[in-house]
Amino acid sequence: MQCSLHELHNVLTELGLSAEEEYPDLSQHNNHMAKVLTLDMYRRLRDRATPSGFTIDGVIQTGVDNPGHPFIMTVGCVAGDEETYEVFKELLDPVISDRHGGYKPTDKHKTDLNSNNLKGGDDLDPNYVLSSRVRTGRSIRGFCLPPHCSRGERRAVETLSIEALASLTGDLKGKYYALKNMTDAEQQQLIDDHFLFDKPVSPLLLASGMARDWPDARGIWHNDNKTFLVWVNEEDHLRVISMQKGGNMKEVFNRFCTGLTKIETLFKERGHAFMWNEHLGYVLTCPSNLGTGLRAGVHVKLPNMSKNAKFEEILKRLRLQKRGTGGVDTAAVGGVFDISNADRLGFSEVELVQMVVDGIKLLIEMEKRLEKGQSIDDLMPAQK
Amino acid sequence: MAKNCHNDYKMKFSVDDEFPDLSLHNNHMAKVLTKDIYAKLRGKSTPSGFTVDDVIQTGVDNPGHPFIMTVGCVAGDEESYEVFKELLDPVISDRHGGYKPTDKHKTDLNFENLKGGDDLDPNYVLSSRVRTGRSIKGFTLPPHNSRGERRGIEKLSIEALASLDGEFKGKYYPLDGMTDAEQEQLIADHFLFDKPVSPLLTCAGMARDWPDARGIWHNENKTFLVWVNEEDHLRVISMQKGGNMKEVFRRFCVGLQKIEEIFKKHNHGFMWNEHLGYILTCPSNLGTGLRGGVHVKLPKLSTHPKFEEILTRLRLQKRGTGGVDTASVGGVFDISNADRLGSSEVEQVQLVVDGVKLMVEMEKKLEKGESIDGMIPAQK
Repeated sequence: MQCSLHELHNVLTELGLSAEEEYPDLSQHNNHMAKVLTLDMYRRLRDRATPSGFTIDGVIQTGVDNPGHPFIMTVGCVAGDEETYEVFKELLDPVISDRHGGYKPTDKHKTDLNSNNLKGGDDLDPNYVLSSRVRTGRSIRGFCLPPHCSRGERRAVETLSIEALASLTGDLKGKYYALKNMTDAEQQQLIDDHFLFDKPVSPLLLASGMARDWPDARGIWHNDNKTFLVWVNEEDHLRVISMQKGGNMKEVFNRFCTGLTKIETLFKERGHAFMWNEHLGYVLTCPSNLGTGLRAGVHVKLPNMSKNAKFEEILKRLRLQKRGTGGVDTAAVGGVFDISNADRLGFSEVELVQMVVDGIKLLIEMEKRLEKGQSIDDLMPAQK
Repeated sequence: MAKNCHNDYKMKFSVDDEFPDLSLHNNHMAKVLTKDIYAKLRGKSTPSGFTVDDVIQTGVDNPGHPFIMTVGCVAGDEESYEVFKELLDPVISDRHGGYKPTDKHKTDLNFENLKGGDDLDPNYVLSSRVRTGRSIKGFTLPPHNSRGERRGIEKLSIEALASLDGEFKGKYYPLDGMTDAEQEQLIADHFLFDKPVSPLLTCAGMARDWPDARGIWHNENKTFLVWVNEEDHLRVISMQKGGNMKEVFRRFCVGLQKIEEIFKKHNHGFMWNEHLGYILTCPSNLGTGLRGGVHVKLPKLSTHPKFEEILTRLRLQKRGTGGVDTASVGGVFDISNADRLGSSEVEQVQLVVDGVKLMVEMEKKLEKGESIDGMIPAQK
């Protein structure tokens, strides 16, 4: 049978390998894990394992293998299952605090997926807002997460997902495309729709083991209208995306909430809830996606704003972040930016989307002022 | 250690649920692994915790190529070859010309047993090289070892190599902490190895914690080189310009044996057994782990219709001078032994020496417009 962790450590002890000898060299590293993990912490955590067998070395491998970037602060650690966040809290709580604005181990996270609570958001100026999108991730309780799951677990997640999604109706009626036996025509269409995800190439993901057995049990589901999309077994068990052209964020968010809630019910009916707790909200593979796991954003034309000296400061105060329209770490093209919420944990879904809606509305007002050569000083927001 | 060998939840799923989809695969592992074999092996683990899923992960993740038959499995420790013999014995047999589980492998590192080899024509033979790998007993292998183990291997290696003298006196350059000047020089000498990019290696976990405890040692003459903690614990290389393969092999054998003695003194000899010879990470390198070869100019012979057949009969293989899967440039080929397991080091280098000698003679004949039909060898 499989040897136990106890036996493993016996072998290591026989070799006389201490915590000092095993502790990673993090001297060149700049990621959240490297800033937090001390030798003493490692010494205490190396004897532990989650019930499924995930260890501290599994948690930190991606951060050891990817020292980071002087300007981008990567997280450098992942969860292998739900229990990781408890068993390795000594490491993960400070990482979470650093990443999520001082979030404390005693803090409670609020979940609000009632789209009726969103005020406005149906009238962002389509002359500026080209498209609107909301995404999140979900993990299926009872299964290990992508860094650690077996083929059998991954396939079970896929089977459950296919079943749940197949029972959606109306606006949400759709079809599942398994990566492994997609036809060339289907693949081309999915690429044209910007729906297709490919085998991860980022060393951040590869080093954590998320690409094992590719493309087994990976797939894409989308509704007939192409406004609601689910990725199965990519970086998380599920990634759920609602999107459409134009500035009607309210409709996008409404579909998002409705679809998600329906899917959650279907999974629950089959005995598998989403991983969630009142401290961390929705539990996902990367600690950066805890809480809501939500990124709501628009592609918006702000050529004048983006050249304004106060652009970065305004975004910060609005609790928003900018990206190029190719996604994270891409540059903006033609003054078009991807603007989205910066937070994930400690705010509800409604609150985060509200910040996007209000913030974009303000940014467009500012853009229009600048177009007319007028000042925007009186429009400067306070820190939210 | 500390890879995914401990996902205990997977045993809740059936063999059918866990068995990999190998329908698009073309590697040795995929050709051998049946559901029955998987069922028998999935509950097992080596004493250090390596499982069949770890053995096969690289082969599952890399379906292979229609023309290149990759191995598709690796060992995580010495015991892998025993615990997973039901999978690895047939893979070894397929890869090593029908080698049977009952066969014995002969080790012969007595360079004096090599006949000739000191006079390959330097007008044709540009350089000569012999390489092999070695694993240190008591440690797990690169797909599976922990940082502490890897550092332990590095420490032992540095100690062993530092005690070498005379023609073997040299210096160790850890990858971590190399100066730019040192790096430039090692690249110029063609000694520097880089972080593996091949998915065959990265999927097997061999690049974890890079560049921790990895390094390069070479003697002052730059004719004897050791890589520490790359694909194997040690890779040992002897090389020099020209055609004196005898000298290259002498240095190879003497250096290897000196190093082995020092490791043995620390109760960490090389992994070896009388069936598989030297135990290495990849089943393709079992036995001698030896590739002895030359860079040789054969512009005429290489365009002769019988070239491939001659190589096959001589038990040699060709590569471009950039290494495996590169094309030859200017009619210069890397010619080396094809076998690793089932024949000794001396036998394999003898095949190279005799074979290259013959091929150079053939080249000379073809230069004069003469036929080589009378020289075609029998199958060795």
